[in-house]
Amino acid sequence: MDRHLPLTTLIEQLGKREISSVELTEQYLSSAKNRSELGVFLSLNEEEALKAARQADQDGGPSEEMPLRGIPFAIKDIFTTSSGVTSCASQFLKDYRSPFTATSVQRLLNAGAFSLGKTNLDEFAMGSSNENSSFFPVRNPWDEKRVPGGSSGGSGAAIAARLAPVALGTDTGGSIRQPASLCGITGLKPTYGRISRYGLIAFASSLDQPGPMAVSAKDCALIGRLMAGKDENDSTSVDRPVSRWEEPLENICEGLRIGVPKEYFIDGISSAVGERVEAGIQELEKRGAQRVEISLPHTEYAVATYYVVASAEASSNLARFDGIRYGTRAQETEGLMELYTKSRSEGFGPEVKRRIMMGTYVLSSGYYDAYYLKAQKVRTLIQQDFQKAFADKCDVIACPTTPHTAFPIGEKSDDPLQMYLEDIFTIPASLAGVPAISLPCGFDENHLPIGLQLIGPAWEEHRILSVAQAFQDETDWHLQAPPHTPSKAA
Amino acid sequence: MDYETVIGLEVHVQLSTESKIFSSASAAFGGDPNTHIDPLTFGLPGSLPVLNRKVAESAILLGLALNCEIRKFNRFARKHYFYPDLPKGYQISQYDEPICEHGRLKISTENVERVIGVTRIHMEEDAGKNIHDARTRSSLIDLNRAGVPLLEVVSEPDLRSPAEAGSYLKTLRQIVRYLGISDGNMEEGSLRCDANISLRPKGQLKFGTRTEVKNINSFKFVERALNYEIARQLSILKGGGQVIQETRLFDSANGSTHAMRSKEESADYRYFPDPDLPPLIVEESWIEKVRAGMPQLPEQLMEKLHSELGLSEYDAAVLTSEKEDVEYFLACYKVCRNAKASSNWVTSELFGLLKKEGLSITESPIAAADLGELIRLIDDGTISGKMAKELFEEAFSTSRSPKEIMEERGLQQISDEGELQAVIAEVLEANPGQLAEYLGGKEKLKGFFVGQIMKATKGSANPKKVTELLDRELNTRKSGDPQ
Repeated sequence: MDRHLPLTTLIEQLGKREISSVELTEQYLSSAKNRSELGVFLSLNEEEALKAARQADQDGGPSEEMPLRGIPFAIKDIFTTSSGVTSCASQFLKDYRSPFTATSVQRLLNAGAFSLGKTNLDEFAMGSSNENSSFFPVRNPWDEKRVPGGSSGGSGAAIAARLAPVALGTDTGGSIRQPASLCGITGLKPTYGRISRYGLIAFASSLDQPGPMAVSAKDCALIGRLMAGKDENDSTSVDRPVSRWEEPLENICEGLRIGVPKEYFIDGISSAVGERVEAGIQELEKRGAQRVEISLPHTEYAVATYYVVASAEASSNLARFDGIRYGTRAQETEGLMELYTKSRSEGFGPEVKRRIMMGTYVLSSGYYDAYYLKAQKVRTLIQQDFQKAFADKCDVIACPTTPHTAFPIGEKSDDPLQMYLEDIFTIPASLAGVPAISLPCGFDENHLPIGLQLIGPAWEEHRILSVAQAFQDETDWHLQAPPHTPSKAA
Repeated sequence: MDYETVIGLEVHVQLSTESKIFSSASAAFGGDPNTHIDPLTFGLPGSLPVLNRKVAESAILLGLALNCEIRKFNRFARKHYFYPDLPKGYQISQYDEPICEHGRLKISTENVERVIGVTRIHMEEDAGKNIHDARTRSSLIDLNRAGVPLLEVVSEPDLRSPAEAGSYLKTLRQIVRYLGISDGNMEEGSLRCDANISLRPKGQLKFGTRTEVKNINSFKFVERALNYEIARQLSILKGGGQVIQETRLFDSANGSTHAMRSKEESADYRYFPDPDLPPLIVEESWIEKVRAGMPQLPEQLMEKLHSELGLSEYDAAVLTSEKEDVEYFLACYKVCRNAKASSNWVTSELFGLLKKEGLSITESPIAAADLGELIRLIDDGTISGKMAKELFEEAFSTSRSPKEIMEERGLQQISDEGELQAVIAEVLEANPGQLAEYLGGKEKLKGFFVGQIMKATKGSANPKKVTELLDRELNTRKSGDPQ
């Protein structure tokens, strides 16, 4: 068996009994342990996973009702699980155990999958490099001196190094797509409201969206649609029909109008990124798509808008971490105020504190109108940019996922602004709430992966996934694994 | 210089819904500490609020009762502050878009009616409770109350005296109880009141500097706290000083208020729309549905009792002060169709015994329909008022129906004319001497005959009928004298 294969291929093999779930699970677990230097996993679910694998083999492979029976998956450690620790890569929650499991995770469990373990991330999903994990950084399997991106860096690296067939991530401003791009894998951020946020530890509630990270678009499609759909526990989840995303819409590329926003092809992006994305668009043109130049005029305000909105919500969402009921409580404190300040000072890392301070500031009386309210207005303009483009000009938008490929660990960690700019191409779709996918489209001169981003109108996941699958039918970028991944013989 | 008092009240009405405002945990009062909780109540990471639509319905109901405009597009806002009884670090409330606005409430204080403006009503969640244990020098937290739904009702600064403030509060309590949305129990904290109070020279339009008095948690303290605060502000102003805008805490132990925090120290709550809750859209059809299901309010019922049923305004007011009382009265009236008698029996006999036994009207051992039946039996002459009273008392102490007791004892009054005529004839027959004396002009002997007749019937003769028939018989004998 070959754990490098896409999830959907493994499901077929499991179904035909060509491989067993135990075999598969053992391989992933042992490679996870062999590659511990990557810093991918914060905890492994070894015993329970093997037990579940044995049970799955006994019960028979995947079926229509249990399409994931026998499939292990990795979970970004920001989703609550009732077994094991849910840490958010924060000192504050290093021993926290949740009494309930996130809806998105539960839906995969219900489909027969089981957890391999919880993956590393930037603390509370705040970061673009995974250097903000309060435990240890994640290394990019394509070059271990480089970052895997963030905040779902552990999940991105897990797929790149084939330590899991699929991993869950969350995307607030690019936290699925940016690490997918930097790790050379496929990652989907669905429409806001598509997948329940219940059990997702909130960073910025109006932006957070769970999504799958995997080898192929088809893998992401299957996992995404299994998690999608209204959840009574999340009032912002939306009740809309979910089609079978893994079955691509036929001849999707014929006559497809691909919008290419001029604001995304700017001087700041590396030449390799520009070239490979351009080549990716041409690949789709060969299949019958039409290229349309479009403009998303408010793109330049997106990063500033995002850091106001996301930080405001984060400062509020993280207020509950006060050391009173659970999590880290500072010892030897005098009085309530000191208990709060010391617990929060000790429990949170510098980036989390920075965002709490920014968020508190922009919501403060006297500043609210100038920052938060203004940002909300700009957010509406950015949403309208997309609505207009999709209404008048194009069916999907194609652009780079990130301006650069993976950068060396430590290079940007002292310069938050440079770090924030890494999300410049992923943030607009987050602010607009529209679905977007990043898929591998080539390598730069250092053989570091480059991501092509496809953005669709709200609720059109099936469309962008079909285009992505058409692209992957013609290319094999997504099937390439880092050369220094231990071979299957190891 | 004469000063005028200006008071505005902020009343928190705790709703009596089964579950909390944003989760399915029980909203019941009391319970062992931290038993009415769930992930959201505990502020656990990953938990999310889901609005209990009953809460919005209660808000609409109260809004309609107070003649408010109902907002169609509602948003919830987060109000931030750190306190151990606030698990999420923010309270979900409504900020600049409350569900109800521009209402009014008619109050009557010492027979003077006034209309008080209701600025707004908004929905929010309650906080938990901190308990400080002096013995172990520890602070304990009970989150049972955290997330219990509240409606905050804010009045215009239209109240002009502590007495008016008191009757505003009582009228509001009466309405929420009539609507069935809250038990209005101030002692259990179902109704909490903060007062904004200021003084201004009589005739001046501009308001004086106000203070906010918090922690008024009992009806009897409302007027006391306000009177104290008026006296305090008055002595400052008369001494040429200036009132400081601040929040003051009422101390029920000595009836005084003391400064809690000044305006400068007031917290910045950093309100912003809660991104976890989509806007609540109140459709016109929803409002109409709520309006259609609205129970009758005290004002309407008072009017009905007075104008339609002919009760005095005083009786109508007494009966409508509590919803359960007027419901009992109406159920009783429905059976006997005698409003005056129903009112008398309920307000004197029934209230008297209930008070003596320490029972509420809902715990009455006599059902309203049974009391109605009892009144009907008096009215059709089956029993006398005296018998009725005895039956009522016995029924009250045994929880049986008065009619059942009456039938069992054979206590029916004899009203049958033939039967009574026979008894009268017997009695006259048996006392020829007295009869002769009577016929000779000693008319006060009539009482003697009545007594003999009652004795012969063991008191069950209908006295009215007896008098009537006896008079007829004696008159016949007087004029015709067949003997």
